[in-house]
Amino acid sequence: MTALDRPLTSTLPRARPGRAWVGVLAGVLLVVLAATSLFVGVSDVSPVSVLTGGPDGDAAFLLVASRIPRTVAIVLVGASLGIAGLIMQMLVRNKFVEPGTTGVSEFATLGMLVTMVFLPGLPVVGKMGVAAAFGLFGTWVFLRVVRFVPVRQLVLVPLVGIMLGGVVGAVTTFFAYRLDLLQSLGQWSQGSFATIMAGRYEFLWIAGLMVVVAWVAADRFSVIGLGEEFATNLGLDYRRVVAVGMVVVAVITAAVLVTAGMIPFLGLVVPNVVSLVIGDNVRRSISWVAGLGAVLVLACDLVARTVRMPYEIPLSVVVGVVGAALFLWLLLRRRSRAR
Amino acid sequence: MIALENVTKRYGGQTVVDDVSLTLGGEGVTALIGPNGAGKTTLFSLVGRLVRPDAGRVTIGGLDITTTPSAELAKSLAVLRQENHVAARLTVHDLVEFGRFPHSRGRLTVEDRAHIEQAIDYLDLDAYRHRFLDELSGGQRQRAFIAMVLAQDTRYVLLDEPLNNLDLRHMTEIMRLVRRMADDLGKRVVTVLHDINFAATWSDRIVAMRDGSVVADAPAREIMRPEVLRAVYDTDVDVREIDGKPVALYYG
Repeated sequence: MTALDRPLTSTLPRARPGRAWVGVLAGVLLVVLAATSLFVGVSDVSPVSVLTGGPDGDAAFLLVASRIPRTVAIVLVGASLGIAGLIMQMLVRNKFVEPGTTGVSEFATLGMLVTMVFLPGLPVVGKMGVAAAFGLFGTWVFLRVVRFVPVRQLVLVPLVGIMLGGVVGAVTTFFAYRLDLLQSLGQWSQGSFATIMAGRYEFLWIAGLMVVVAWVAADRFSVIGLGEEFATNLGLDYRRVVAVGMVVVAVITAAVLVTAGMIPFLGLVVPNVVSLVIGDNVRRSISWVAGLGAVLVLACDLVARTVRMPYEIPLSVVVGVVGAALFLWLLLRRRSRAR
Repeated sequence: MIALENVTKRYGGQTVVDDVSLTLGGEGVTALIGPNGAGKTTLFSLVGRLVRPDAGRVTIGGLDITTTPSAELAKSLAVLRQENHVAARLTVHDLVEFGRFPHSRGRLTVEDRAHIEQAIDYLDLDAYRHRFLDELSGGQRQRAFIAMVLAQDTRYVLLDEPLNNLDLRHMTEIMRLVRRMADDLGKRVVTVLHDINFAATWSDRIVAMRDGSVVADAPAREIMRPEVLRAVYDTDVDVREIDGKPVALYYG
């Protein structure tokens, strides 16, 4: 056969044209936004003031203690939340799931409440561990429940997740109300980077570690996204990869929750936008998801910081508005495409 | 060879595969026929290690599928299921690339890439390689899945109803391809088919199942007899000879 007479050398597959410059553009955008984020704020911190010491001589201190941690935290949160959404979408094989639409965030919040009531003296890393454990349990519950929903019921899957999250959220709110902890709870349910400074964001590096895990296992997650039958046929241990994915999602959710709080829509919107352009081969899309997630949170945080200067509005509000708009666009676009 | 020894599978109280002993994977194409609910797909699931048998054992090339690592089996057996609903937006090239996963574990070597190119060439998919699967017609998509299975480079290829939802032209095209895979590439193909005329025309051996048991197992021509087909399908089927080939008439 002609195809087989060819020698065992072959050309590399051609990449789709025009993607390289988009990548460069995105990279430049990321750097510009990160730099802007460093130098925007109530106190005067600019490249000049850092070098000269500024009016009070503490610009350099502010930069190191507050601005750099904040910017690093934003990048880590943006990248890791995007990837948590991506992995979740691969595990469930549904484009409309993310920790916030599957009850995972709510379970993690319940975990936080439990630590506040029973283990108030626990260090933050312990709280994060408990929240992650609850999040993991939540992922498990969701995957169990969703097994009874046909894969093709695209909208039913996140609906089930949102209902599950609603029930868990209601339980959490009830006990928080009874125990007079609603205010502390609000601190987590509204994501913001206002309180981030050196010493209060480092747990996000654990989320960063999960990003690395996802990166290494990218091909496995792509294969899982084809379904259990394909994965088994290709010799992959389906359950083990799903378990790794669940841990990645739960730990990222918990780490972001204890440091910045809940940030809606991000895990949903970012992978979907990337999927439209790049597709769902995780090896190829993961860097885009991480980058776009970081860019989006950087931009939203800048807006949150500047619209009411010198006050800040919660980041989750800005992300919520932008994310909801993007999500609606995605939904309508999908409908117009599907005959 | 793929050997099933006294394999039984029950779902609830229902026995779907009933004490089946069968050897598959001889040279050429073997067609598996039978009415709905005969246990064909379950049989494929058992061989493809998607479900565990309640009794009996399955070996592939002498390796027991319950004790051999799945990754090892994936190098000698490829199974394409009938429901290939892929929600992920993947290009044809991505899909074929995943077929190499048992060999590459995600790190493609020069040899892996050569296999990918060959599979894409063989299924004439070069023009579509960067298209997403949801942008393809049913026939093209089925070819992409077969290219993936081909890239997996296994001795045994199991296809569960590869003609599902295809029109006449594409059905013939796929069957011709299956035949070529067996004749030119030496693949041992086992395929579930619903149209017995396709089975008779393109396969060497036909295995007929009914109610979880094998009721007939013979060269294609011997299966194409009214009394055999009646026993399999519980329906009168007329068989006529046209140009020296048996053709089943079951249109009523």
